[in-house]
Amino acid sequence: MSLLTRTDGALADDLKPSRGPRESILSRGAALVVMGVFTLYFLVPIWWLFIASTKDRGDLLTTNALWFSDWNFFANVGDLFAYNDGIYLRWLVNSLGYAGIGALLATVVAGMCGYALAKYRFRGREVFFNVVLGGVLVPATALALPLFLLFSQVNLTNTFWAVLLPSIVSPFGVYLSRIYATASVPDELIEAGRIDGAGEVRTFFTISMRLMTPALVTVFLFQFVSIWNNFFLPLIMLRSQELFPVTFGLYSWNTQLNQIPELRTYVLVGSFLSIVPLIVAFLLLQRFWRNGLGTGSVK
Amino acid sequence: MQHTKRAVVTGVALLSALALAGCAGGGGSTDGGADAAACAPSDGDVTLEFTSWIPGIEDVVAMWNEENPDIQVEVQTGPNGNGGTYKSFFSQLEAGNAPDLGQIEYDALSSFRVQDGLENLAACEDVVAAEDEFIPWTWGQVTLGTEDGVYGVPQDSGPMALFYRSDLFEQNGIDVPTTWEEYKAAAVKVREAGGYITNFSTADINQFAGFVWQGNGDWFTNDGDEWTVDLTGEQSTTVAEYWQELLDEDLVATYPAWTEEWNNAYNSGEVWTWNSAVWGANSISSGAPDTAGNWSVAPSPQWAAGDASSGNWGGSSIAVFKGTEHLYEATKFALWLNTSDEALTALNESANIYPATTAGLDLPSLQEGVEFYGGQKIYDVFAEAAGQVNPDFVWGPTMTQTYADVSDGFQKAVTGQGTLIEALEAAQESTIATLKAQSIPVAE
Repeated sequence: MSLLTRTDGALADDLKPSRGPRESILSRGAALVVMGVFTLYFLVPIWWLFIASTKDRGDLLTTNALWFSDWNFFANVGDLFAYNDGIYLRWLVNSLGYAGIGALLATVVAGMCGYALAKYRFRGREVFFNVVLGGVLVPATALALPLFLLFSQVNLTNTFWAVLLPSIVSPFGVYLSRIYATASVPDELIEAGRIDGAGEVRTFFTISMRLMTPALVTVFLFQFVSIWNNFFLPLIMLRSQELFPVTFGLYSWNTQLNQIPELRTYVLVGSFLSIVPLIVAFLLLQRFWRNGLGTGSVK
Repeated sequence: MQHTKRAVVTGVALLSALALAGCAGGGGSTDGGADAAACAPSDGDVTLEFTSWIPGIEDVVAMWNEENPDIQVEVQTGPNGNGGTYKSFFSQLEAGNAPDLGQIEYDALSSFRVQDGLENLAACEDVVAAEDEFIPWTWGQVTLGTEDGVYGVPQDSGPMALFYRSDLFEQNGIDVPTTWEEYKAAAVKVREAGGYITNFSTADINQFAGFVWQGNGDWFTNDGDEWTVDLTGEQSTTVAEYWQELLDEDLVATYPAWTEEWNNAYNSGEVWTWNSAVWGANSISSGAPDTAGNWSVAPSPQWAAGDASSGNWGGSSIAVFKGTEHLYEATKFALWLNTSDEALTALNESANIYPATTAGLDLPSLQEGVEFYGGQKIYDVFAEAAGQVNPDFVWGPTMTQTYADVSDGFQKAVTGQGTLIEALEAAQESTIATLKAQSIPVAE
């Protein structure tokens, strides 16, 4: 934003030296090509998925995979939601529950933890932080089995909690919250809060949390996406299909294609619809992490 | 998709490690005699947990629940066995909260038994008495080659036959092959006509095993103490050499199975036949809808003219997991599910389950002509094939790994780096190594 504004206001001659080395057409072209290739690489599968969800089963195999034939999208969606007593809708709601609640709690916990690590001095702080940081390196898949054995002990497998509780933990969120709190929450502001008589908890929720919004939104989004896409944990934990999240439900349909061919259409339409909440979440939340809210607050 | 696969593979590795730790030294293969007292009715009402991924199974179970208020069955579901449910079973066994009953395909049954995850149903008189109702080789699949063990109730079977494009064979004046020799001669003519006689799939090791099975080959034997692994035996070698020739002479297509390309190859008439199991009828009609009416089914080509021998591809059983408190009720339900006319009819309608009982082959729905196959009564062919499957074929306890190794080798062979035989040799070695690593005794 700032670069653009400056360009608008300045004379062309003034600008030339500050532009740095002049780019050749070649390098600019190369950059465009690389970006173009990546954009295609990411968009073509989505395009394919969209096209495939608009076709009926016969056309799917016989017509051009990247262009429309007969428009059956709404009929497909209707069939999808009707199949098996509307279990797909149930899965969608489950996913929203796991990902929405899980990401929200994860964000609060990680935010508080990161803030505490950044703003309070206590013995063993670095050790604690390093242990949490180590958690970033452990893949969720590796934790699924030990978690299953633990949850079995307390009879929590095959329940909503079995997928929700592990999702509340986000070591990366703690890490991000800590560095962001260090940089964006000035000690002076916390001091000022204390002098005005606010307790630590109140200071956190009324002042610090607002300053940390961009980081917290990022943590929320990361966690939301990773819970939404988490596959192995539900696979290990869940057995009742009423509890499945949408990814796992679609996967189990996909493994049965040979027995029930009409599932192919449902899997495709279902996959297409299942990415919509992710896109919505991104569009709604992206404006929050544009700039640091606290910039200039203590000057 | 790639991602999830990797996750699953990692999970398998972990599970095997856990399972190993759990039964260190316990991987024995002799279970001794079954204890009849263990199979006594429970007091009071019973609720059983049953995990299966068969489409429509809920409706079939609902029929049982209605008639048996004192033995209620709760169905749980998920992806198919290799798609994740087996992993889930293993972790539940490890945690001691496995369901009472579960769907297990024949080729995975041994691995559950070796990990001590199954109840021996031979303790139940009803189960032992039911043996005669089943097609002999399906019973062989659940006894796992033992004398006094029954580790599941057979559910369905996959006798193999030859699906072929009758219209194309006729138009080009090619006779439908009855021996593998004729099949190769036909392959040459089909190639001249611009098609491929079939697709050699590197992923379907089960199909390849079916060919070996047809020729009375044995990949695994278990004498009660030790396992013998023989992936490179005479029959395996014959089959591998045969397909290697077809590959070398470019007479077969090599599309990855079950993909869109694969479906398209069949749908567009590029590939003319498929040696597959009874459930393949559904795969063709769904994957190649444009070819409706042009397909027929003939008995599998034979290794020697005049033979009548068939292979099998797929099929599953209902097993009772170790630790159940209701063995008697569980077997009652399993027997009803797999032998009663009402259940078999319902399963056939909802999921094309092809019964494992001899009586089941006479279901009315299996006597009708099938429109997609030009009105041919194709199930007659499969019913005959079902009676021609060698009853002694046994699967090993580490099939997931064996399949993966053979498949890797086959993939190389298809791209010209190596041969099918080399793939089998490599898989032979790694299978023995895997068995040893899991403390499963191997004879050499």
